[in-house]
Amino acid sequence: MWWNYVVDRWAQIWFGSWQHFSLVVQSLILATVVALLIAFIVYNSPKLSSVANGVSAIGLTIPSFALIGILIVPFGFGVIPSVIVVTFFATLPILRNAVVGLQGIDAAVVESARGIGMGRLRTLLTIEFPLAWPIILTGVRISAQMVMGVAAVTAYALGPGLGGFIFSGLSRLGGANAIDSVWVGVLGVVILALILDLLLVGLGRLTISRGIRVRN
Amino acid sequence: MSETSSPPINPTETTASSRILLDQVTKHYPGQSKPAVDGITLEIPAGKMVMLVGPSGCGKTTTLKMINRLIEPTDGRIMLGDEDVTNIDGDELRRRMGYVIQAGGLFPHMTVAANIAIVPKMLGWSKEKIKDRVDELLELVSLEPALYRDRFPRELSGGQQQRVGVARALAADPPVLLMDEPFGAVDPITRQRLQDELLRIQEEVQKTIVFVTHDFDEAVKLGDWIVVFSEGAHIVQYDSPERILNAPANSFVEDFIGAGAGLKQLTLNRVRDVELARSVTGSPGEQASQVLSRLKEAGLPNAIIIDQNRRPVNVLSRSQLTRLDVIPAKVNDDLPLVTEGSTLSDALDTMLVSSAGAALVTGRRNAFVGVINLEVVMDAITASRKASAVASDETPVGTNTDSLGVQGGPE
Repeated sequence: MWWNYVVDRWAQIWFGSWQHFSLVVQSLILATVVALLIAFIVYNSPKLSSVANGVSAIGLTIPSFALIGILIVPFGFGVIPSVIVVTFFATLPILRNAVVGLQGIDAAVVESARGIGMGRLRTLLTIEFPLAWPIILTGVRISAQMVMGVAAVTAYALGPGLGGFIFSGLSRLGGANAIDSVWVGVLGVVILALILDLLLVGLGRLTISRGIRVRN
Repeated sequence: MSETSSPPINPTETTASSRILLDQVTKHYPGQSKPAVDGITLEIPAGKMVMLVGPSGCGKTTTLKMINRLIEPTDGRIMLGDEDVTNIDGDELRRRMGYVIQAGGLFPHMTVAANIAIVPKMLGWSKEKIKDRVDELLELVSLEPALYRDRFPRELSGGQQQRVGVARALAADPPVLLMDEPFGAVDPITRQRLQDELLRIQEEVQKTIVFVTHDFDEAVKLGDWIVVFSEGAHIVQYDSPERILNAPANSFVEDFIGAGAGLKQLTLNRVRDVELARSVTGSPGEQASQVLSRLKEAGLPNAIIIDQNRRPVNVLSRSQLTRLDVIPAKVNDDLPLVTEGSTLSDALDTMLVSSAGAALVTGRRNAFVGVINLEVVMDAITASRKASAVASDETPVGTNTDSLGVQGGPE
């Protein structure tokens, strides 16, 4: 029975899940930092903003499987190409939401910040960023969902995580426990995605000001 | 306009406010043939409220924003007090000037207290001092600190947000307050209340206030001085509200004032500023015949009955007095009363409603001060017309380079 498979390989599944989760979370943090830095640079310029939006739209059409394959050539197998691919895909939705969020702030609020003597950087960090944060965080949640799946694909480059169960199962289709192995990978990814989303919702509760939180 | 105005002598100049001088300031946006602000020289006297009015697009807001350099002038000098601030750090300059915009421009993610505390925080005040200051300011703008301190802007009404906006601008006690159509987004009743509130606050804090509005009535009500702009921030007239109403520089200003200049005049004068009519008083318990003889001696039709605290309780006519033996202690609740702080417009309204054609003026603790009647109001109008026929030599300077001395404007 399938639970025998889970029980027998529990240590391996647990380790794979942890690795998967850790890869996604670390890449997500890196992606958020990168996306915010780019957004801070481009959001004031309509031209640069549309370039950024274009890049994030086109970037999302690249098949992750192809990208990981391409990256094996310069970076070899293992963790590095996996991190690059996951971070790349995670950056795109966050970047888009960050630009939209920063541009959507009421001009009067920014003007009054400048008008009472806040510098550009201070205005950005203490006024614009906190006001755009709910939208940015939505982008982070979208990214988290998406790159959970992308992270599974990185097993092709022998990266860490649950992708290994899926790939080994698929390559042995018809063999013993092949389907069980694929199921473990797929369900594991789904469960991890749900857990991470809950954590991000909690983060929003803690970090979004009561003054701008959507009231239920 | 006052072609030959000399700089005002300001005996009340304190450290709490400073004079602002725009010296031949020009703003030329690239790609535009005409400058948005054309070589304006404008003096804002210390501690006074100066209203910039004009049709939309006339450059009044641009002029205001060049004072705190939110818009950098293309040319010219800006003086704050005796200091040339044209080239100092803009952020540093803006921290020394309060800035209020429509709806307050509050930061929605910060509480009322945090909003007000921003500038003091940037200036490095201690936590204790900031907290005290926030409460003090909330009280100044008539918001109960305990009730409003921790609210977020969206939990306030439009008028309350505007009050917090004013409190925030005053937080670090800046000598100058710049207001850009602050009351444009609130309903008329709230607006009127906010205007009264601003006048009261100004009486207390005595700041140099530059106030942009397109509402001429607002300008007349609030301003010590009014600048009327036409396109390109050309000064058409810079004068006291009385002078602008009584002696508009040209048809442009006349059109801008609109109908009813004479009636608007009445909102400028307060009852305490006019000389009240003579009156005869009596008190309850007195012999009616004595009061009647005093009345006849003064040649007046009615006597005012006041109680021991000098509060008016009744008005008795000659015929009523002849029928009475002793003045009764009866209190008439229907007396036409105005206070010393009422405008002549309010007083006129009250006396027209009352049958006597006059109103009783009360002062502190509702004590009787005198009687105001139609003659008094007419005299006040005549006097103020006469007084404003000559330009005051305190009128501040305001010119444009291309029209030095002649304030005609294009119209």
